[in-house]
Amino acid sequence: MDFISILSIFVLACFVGYYVVWSVTPALHTPLMSVTNAISSVIVVGALIAAAAAGSPSSKWLGLVAVALASVNIFGGFAVTQRMLSMYKKRERPVDKTHA
Amino acid sequence: MHEAAAATPAWVLLAYLIAGVCFILALRGLSNPESSRRGNITGMIGMAIAVVTTLVTHQPQLAYLTPANIEHGITVDYNAWLEILAAIALGGGVGLVVARKIHMTAMPQLIAAFHSLVGMAAVLVGAAAFLNPEAFGIAVRITPIASPSFVSIFPVSRIEMGLGVAIGAITFSGSVIAFLKLNSNMSGKPILLPLRHVINLGTLVAILGLIAYFTQDQAHWVFATIVVLSFAIGFLLIIPIGGADMPVVISMLNSYSGWAAAAMGFTLHNTAMVITGALVGSSGAILSYIMCRAMNRSFISVIAGGFGAVASSGDAAAIDRPYKRGSAEDAAFLMKQAEQVIIVPGYGMAVAQAQHAVREMADLLKKEGVRVKYAIHPVAGRMPGHMNVLLAEANVPYDEVFELEDINSEFAQTDVAYVIGANDVTNPAAKSDKGSPIYGMPVLDVEKARTCLFVKRSMGGVGYAGIDNELFYRDNTMMLLGDAKKMTEEIVKAFG
Repeated sequence: MDFISILSIFVLACFVGYYVVWSVTPALHTPLMSVTNAISSVIVVGALIAAAAAGSPSSKWLGLVAVALASVNIFGGFAVTQRMLSMYKKRERPVDKTHA
Repeated sequence: MHEAAAATPAWVLLAYLIAGVCFILALRGLSNPESSRRGNITGMIGMAIAVVTTLVTHQPQLAYLTPANIEHGITVDYNAWLEILAAIALGGGVGLVVARKIHMTAMPQLIAAFHSLVGMAAVLVGAAAFLNPEAFGIAVRITPIASPSFVSIFPVSRIEMGLGVAIGAITFSGSVIAFLKLNSNMSGKPILLPLRHVINLGTLVAILGLIAYFTQDQAHWVFATIVVLSFAIGFLLIIPIGGADMPVVISMLNSYSGWAAAAMGFTLHNTAMVITGALVGSSGAILSYIMCRAMNRSFISVIAGGFGAVASSGDAAAIDRPYKRGSAEDAAFLMKQAEQVIIVPGYGMAVAQAQHAVREMADLLKKEGVRVKYAIHPVAGRMPGHMNVLLAEANVPYDEVFELEDINSEFAQTDVAYVIGANDVTNPAAKSDKGSPIYGMPVLDVEKARTCLFVKRSMGGVGYAGIDNELFYRDNTMMLLGDAKKMTEEIVKAFG
């Protein structure tokens, strides 16, 4: 892919981001931060390429460390987001007071 | 132009595009708590697609094939495979344990720590790409006559790579400082170096200059100096910023981590990374804007730092002003009689871990037939949405929690406003006193309620802006002096 194609994707994605993020409810701004954290770790793709490439041992090790760091973020980020989101509950209907 | 990149099969490009779309849907889901959980799962699927695609297309190859390898047609380096899987398992394990164990009150620190990891990963990937550019398809091997061949990285890639590692390094060191401040390993007070604006500007210019020079000379020292200077400026940028400006800082670092990922996406020609970087970058930028607007401050003034460093001296006389002090029993009595109570939580509630006690109090009030609502100021707490998460943790239904603009008009028809751990966001001086440092900041109109119950540790302390709150001395304000959690628990007891 040439530079201009990537730039086009980037610029359009910025606009998508702008509209999508403005529609996020302020109550979920903390989960928004944790999930953007998790997805920005898609940088793991670069780390995996480096870790798999032959030819430069130092490059490979840098890649492996980056894979580990990004994995902390991916697993941790999605898990903590899920944990937070599962806490947001609607008001219980007055009828079902099953748990004390 | 780039042979290696052009050779990428169509299905791979498509897979990365799908991953990018999944990430857009993950954020889209957050428009509503109901759809958010599904959105998060979509995000996970997107990540799985991106990772599996890369693992399949970039399998580690053996550098040297033994006769046995050739005989069995084995070219994949299984040891390298195991190393990669071990790195994923190690990092993933740590991440899952942390995600499970972390207290909700420590969420701002955790987010800062996660940002630092994205930043560091970007630096490491950039360094790996610099050391082995052929593996990333961003270089050509040039073989001049009568001299050894060398690898030349494409000039565009050098700029992208330079920007990527610079932003990554700033994100890393800035987030580390933010983490230390939020985790109280370091004073939340701004640290002001002399000539800091000159030093920062100089460093920034030097980094940009070096990136420009990098296109001419791909020497190791140029790359290393860019990284070192960027680490330094991330550190310098965050130390002068006070604890209360952390909502802006943490959103800004969120944005940076996105731009770092995008720059790396440009370097590696990866659509998933570019789309994600743009999403995260705009997300952080919008959050920073919302936080700045909620404080009526410009982004530049926050970045310049130093807010809250100069305690006002002119208000010394205010300390002796008369105020009304109440007990937990008084508060319980007032609230029981009320038709509607609005609870206004702030950072102090998080510090005291009082959210569960608050919810217990609200439950008892509801039993008495009192309507209970919560009012959240956008900058209450240390990060966007901080209070909402804490209340959700304490099982407060999210449809009882309202944002400033949705609830502010209701204070006038409210019997009791219960302010717990919030201060500056309720200060009426923001509306009337043109000389106040927080003049113009949108505040919650708690003084319009018939009675304002203000929970505060003591009369001495001031909010983050370092100014006195006129609200304390109003006729309809009753000060409840004590620890936020203990006071609320005493009120709960007084109900019984």
